[in-house]
Amino acid sequence: MTTTQAAPRPGATATQRETAVRVRGLVKRYGNRAVVDGLDLDVFRGEVFALLGPNGAGKTTTIEILEGVRKPDGGEVRVLGVDPARGGRAWRARLGVVSQGEGAPQELSVREVLDHFAGYHVTSRPTEELIAAVGLEEKAGTRIARLSGGQRRRLEVALGVQGRPELVFLDEPTTGMDPVARRQFWELIRGLRADGATVLLTTHYLDEAAELADRVGVIADGRLVEVAPPDQLGADLRRLARVRWTEDGAVREVRTESPAAVLRDLLSGPGDVPGLTVTRPSLEDVYLSLVGAPSTVPTAPEGDLR
Amino acid sequence: MTAVLPSPPAVRDRPAPPSAARIALRRVGLELKLFFRERQQVVFSFAYPVIMLVIFAAVLGGDERPGDVPFTHYFLAGIAATGIMLTSFQAIGTSIATERENGQLERLQLLGTPPVAYFAGKAGQVLVTTAAQLALLLPLAHYAYDVPMPPDVQHWLTFAWVAVLGALAGTVLGVAVSALRGSAASVTTGISAFAIVLQFFSGVFFGFTELPSWMQQTAALFPLKWLTQGMRSAFLPEEAAAFEVAGSWEHGRTALVLAAWVIIGAVVCVRTFRWRRADG
Repeated sequence: MTTTQAAPRPGATATQRETAVRVRGLVKRYGNRAVVDGLDLDVFRGEVFALLGPNGAGKTTTIEILEGVRKPDGGEVRVLGVDPARGGRAWRARLGVVSQGEGAPQELSVREVLDHFAGYHVTSRPTEELIAAVGLEEKAGTRIARLSGGQRRRLEVALGVQGRPELVFLDEPTTGMDPVARRQFWELIRGLRADGATVLLTTHYLDEAAELADRVGVIADGRLVEVAPPDQLGADLRRLARVRWTEDGAVREVRTESPAAVLRDLLSGPGDVPGLTVTRPSLEDVYLSLVGAPSTVPTAPEGDLR
Repeated sequence: MTAVLPSPPAVRDRPAPPSAARIALRRVGLELKLFFRERQQVVFSFAYPVIMLVIFAAVLGGDERPGDVPFTHYFLAGIAATGIMLTSFQAIGTSIATERENGQLERLQLLGTPPVAYFAGKAGQVLVTTAAQLALLLPLAHYAYDVPMPPDVQHWLTFAWVAVLGALAGTVLGVAVSALRGSAASVTTGISAFAIVLQFFSGVFFGFTELPSWMQQTAALFPLKWLTQGMRSAFLPEEAAAFEVAGSWEHGRTALVLAAWVIIGAVVCVRTFRWRRADG
């Protein structure tokens, strides 16, 4: 194991506005349909950025353009300061990619695959270290053909970070992983960030975005509709609380920005207030609202008190 | 708890990635390992020429080919050439189509693998498997069917350059043909069908001069005919040359046609090679 330490990197508080990924007005069409439609995106060095969005929102297409394997129809893209369409080997060596594909030969064991691809990098993480980091110790000698879907994803993750990348793209990395493997993966991502790497991942798991990301970008219909730290996502939407109670056998509901006032009023009356609850929109409610899906989130204050 | 990866990435100023030659060497090793682990491919590549020799010797063993050459003598040259086509053109064309379809090439692309290193890996595999296949076929023909081997160093040298040039031509053509549109399964079927027809046209089973001239002319466009003819020049006695179409072995032309295919094939490969199936 190597013990070299990186030079101290600027922390989140320091001036770290240096971008690892910078996208302006990105457009990609398939036929007449614009899958990515004027997308702007900044990912700063050293942060974990999650692209969150429903299937077909343009996440994978965007990532593939950033990786330089798909050509955009318009817009400006810089990844580590380079236009991906012109990125050479030296540029690629600084990237790590976990795509949705599975690129390991079926007839090799986990260890053989990692040992083989180690030779494609100048400095590779040791195979045993990678196997431990993704929790495949028990499967190290097993051929890929006999791994489960989740175990193959873990191998892909190991391959993606093998070359000690400065910037890692992960496209739905935890699909098919069980909860234990997912948590192990989160730990690995935190380790990468602690080492100073920049991480851009796509996911449609909200808990994953909330758990890992410094900032979340919500993508819908090929555009970024909001960018914020996970706990500030949809701040306007979250201000609206919902007060519910039962009165005369019917459920009453009030949506308000000041639930305390509503409660004071309710509780000032005689007797009990059955079924009283105060709720705020969950991350999921906010997300569904942002991507335009039907949800239960209130969009405007409504209802009067008696 | 989980092992967190130590050792941070070297920020910028990275040394250059490993050279294409080093990756090519690694790939030769990998390709060979994979080849011998896929039983189907091993059986098909190695057994096909041997089984064909056994079957055709049993049925036509008493026949003679132009110039009073015993059938088995004539056929060994043809089936050796066919074997080279199998381990090069057919094996490479089908394996690349499959690797492209299942995402192995995508991984190589994302790693920034130089395409030339990938091709070199395939070529290395072809040369080793072709040598192994011939090392199986020739002794069998010699000891079981009394087929004479090349009589002297000069004939062995002819055998060697024809085999190597033929294998390289097959490799680049395999790479080129793997770029055809369609699924890996349909590319595989297409390649197999083409290879079978080409064997009949190229004088593997029948005396080449006994074929209709349109077949001869068609076959002359492709490498297998020249590969087969070159093999005959290594295995058959000098007098047999009189029964070739040109009345001689045409070594110069054979070398020229095979080399042209290698060069044309390489240019086509570089221009049409894709890591992925058609871009959306």
